[in-house]
Amino acid sequence: MALIEVKHAIKTYTSGDTSFNALDDVSLTVEEGEFVAIMGASGSGKSTCMNLLGCLDKPTSGSYFLDGIDVLKLKTDELSLIRNQKLGFVFQGFNLISKTTALENVELPMIYKGIPPEERRIRAKKALKIVGLEGRESHMPNQISGGQQQRVAIARAIVNDAPLILADEPTGNLDTKTSIEVMNFFVELNEKMKKTIVLVTHEPDIAEYCKRVIRFQDGKIISDEVRKR
Amino acid sequence: MIDFHSTFNIAIKSLRINKMRSALTSLGIIIGVSAVIIMLGVGSGASNRISNELSSMGTNILTVRSGSSTSGGLRMGMGTQQTLTVKDAEAIVKNCKSVLYVSPYLAQSKQVTYSNQNWATSINGIDKTYMDIKDWTIALGRNFSQEDINNNAKVALLGNTVVTNLFGDLDPIDKTIRIDGIPFKVIGALNSKGQLGMGMDQDDVIMIPYTTAQKRVFGTSFPGAVSTIEVKVRDVDNIARAEQEITELLHLRHKIGKNQENDFSIRNMTEMVKSMQEATKAMSILLGSIASVSLLVGGIGIMNIMLVSVTERTKEIGIRMAIGATSVDIRVQFLIEALLLSIAGGLVGVAIGLLVSKGIATFTSTSVIVTPFSIFLSLGFSALIGVIFGYYPAYKASLLNPIDALRYE
Repeated sequence: MALIEVKHAIKTYTSGDTSFNALDDVSLTVEEGEFVAIMGASGSGKSTCMNLLGCLDKPTSGSYFLDGIDVLKLKTDELSLIRNQKLGFVFQGFNLISKTTALENVELPMIYKGIPPEERRIRAKKALKIVGLEGRESHMPNQISGGQQQRVAIARAIVNDAPLILADEPTGNLDTKTSIEVMNFFVELNEKMKKTIVLVTHEPDIAEYCKRVIRFQDGKIISDEVRKR
Repeated sequence: MIDFHSTFNIAIKSLRINKMRSALTSLGIIIGVSAVIIMLGVGSGASNRISNELSSMGTNILTVRSGSSTSGGLRMGMGTQQTLTVKDAEAIVKNCKSVLYVSPYLAQSKQVTYSNQNWATSINGIDKTYMDIKDWTIALGRNFSQEDINNNAKVALLGNTVVTNLFGDLDPIDKTIRIDGIPFKVIGALNSKGQLGMGMDQDDVIMIPYTTAQKRVFGTSFPGAVSTIEVKVRDVDNIARAEQEITELLHLRHKIGKNQENDFSIRNMTEMVKSMQEATKAMSILLGSIASVSLLVGGIGIMNIMLVSVTERTKEIGIRMAIGATSVDIRVQFLIEALLLSIAGGLVGVAIGLLVSKGIATFTSTSVIVTPFSIFLSLGFSALIGVIFGYYPAYKASLLNPIDALRYE
């Protein structure tokens, strides 16, 4: 069974009399263990697609099965639960909670999962160690560099053992050197920890790290190619 | 699923990040709660003092007053016609089993002189039993004797205020004062009973035998007629029975039929105590509700700040929702923040309220009584306000759409 199975998804935005299809009959299947890049110009529908995949939004029509679960049938709070247990998010702007330590940021998804404090602490420390931030547990986001912040975000994404990691322009705010570092992490996550990763980017260099590249244009998939790294 | 312990910690952390703002927000509740505690304390202090004063006037006392006179169709009110007599008083103490003492009572204000001093005061014509009825005690000298009463003796007992004003530091005993020009020998001075709540000085008084008052000072047209008879009942529980006994006796003596109007009235001190207590209770409630308004304003302050906080932390809410917080998690988090602000404010308010009450009681003569009830009331009220005024902002936060919230800068 595929981890992600989107069929004939249409997302329509209406403002006044005009309506516009941000996603126009998109079908997409991602198997477990894949490392997919979604590319496209701004307005091509790639962000809308990410919101759908991330269970933050529902398509106007079509279907979406995530790990066998029919997402369209879920209520708002059930979507929260799915996001918590099946997904890890990495954002362009890191989106860490300010004035809260790295460790506490990483603990956050486990709080909402209901994991007891002692176990949370241990697992958060372990996740920070994996991303190479041992010893930075008590640093606030504004006390560490952008690359380190993004690594905290990655630690937060993997700490709940979610099978799927969604990364929305994860290197958009980083310089080239740090970008390479972060991308190497994603490769490692994919290869060593067998995480499925879907990553949105508009930089071809970044897409080079992925095994499969899907291109969007005007709400449609125009190409879907598998490549060797 | 909500992990209350962790949500609680998250809430505390958010409040600590904005320490100054949290403190100022709580200030509204602090002021409100301390105001409620102080106001209720002052109120119950006042009511306590008043009931003490009233019991110093005596609680097991009945006052029988003469009925109203009618003058050309106008009824003049109780006491205007002297329907009671000294004989009635004697009959009451003789025939009513629950009555301990009676004393005729008549009073007028007169000018009193001693040497080159003069003073206007209330002259009370009484029997020697009056001391026991009203719990007066003799400080110097002696009470009236039966002989003084029988012989219309020109002797007087002086209240503390009168002694001070006429004699200063001198010994008043056996001195001669003049009441309306009539010489009286001072035979005793009374112990002070202090002021009543309404500013009435109980010690500004001169006692003389009622016989003397009737025949020599007041010049009553009906000899033997009195406006008032003071009655001491054996104990407080017998008051209703005594009232009934006296009514029946006076009906008989005054030949009043069943359907006729009484030509006397009986006033009961416990009723007065009750009505005074009700008045002070009403005052407490009034003070308390004024203070509650400030508590309410404090609550609105909390709501205001929480709304600002929700807007300011939209992005944070978006992040939390994206990584799995349900709308209930978010709502509980903000509700706990509001509750913490109000309860912390409430606790500090109780402490300040207690301190200020103590200060008021120490530095002024006002008594302030803080009851556990007022503490629980104001604490409960502040928690309630936290829930009520915290709910809307929390609800608003929980309704945010994570996509929009994440995009918020």
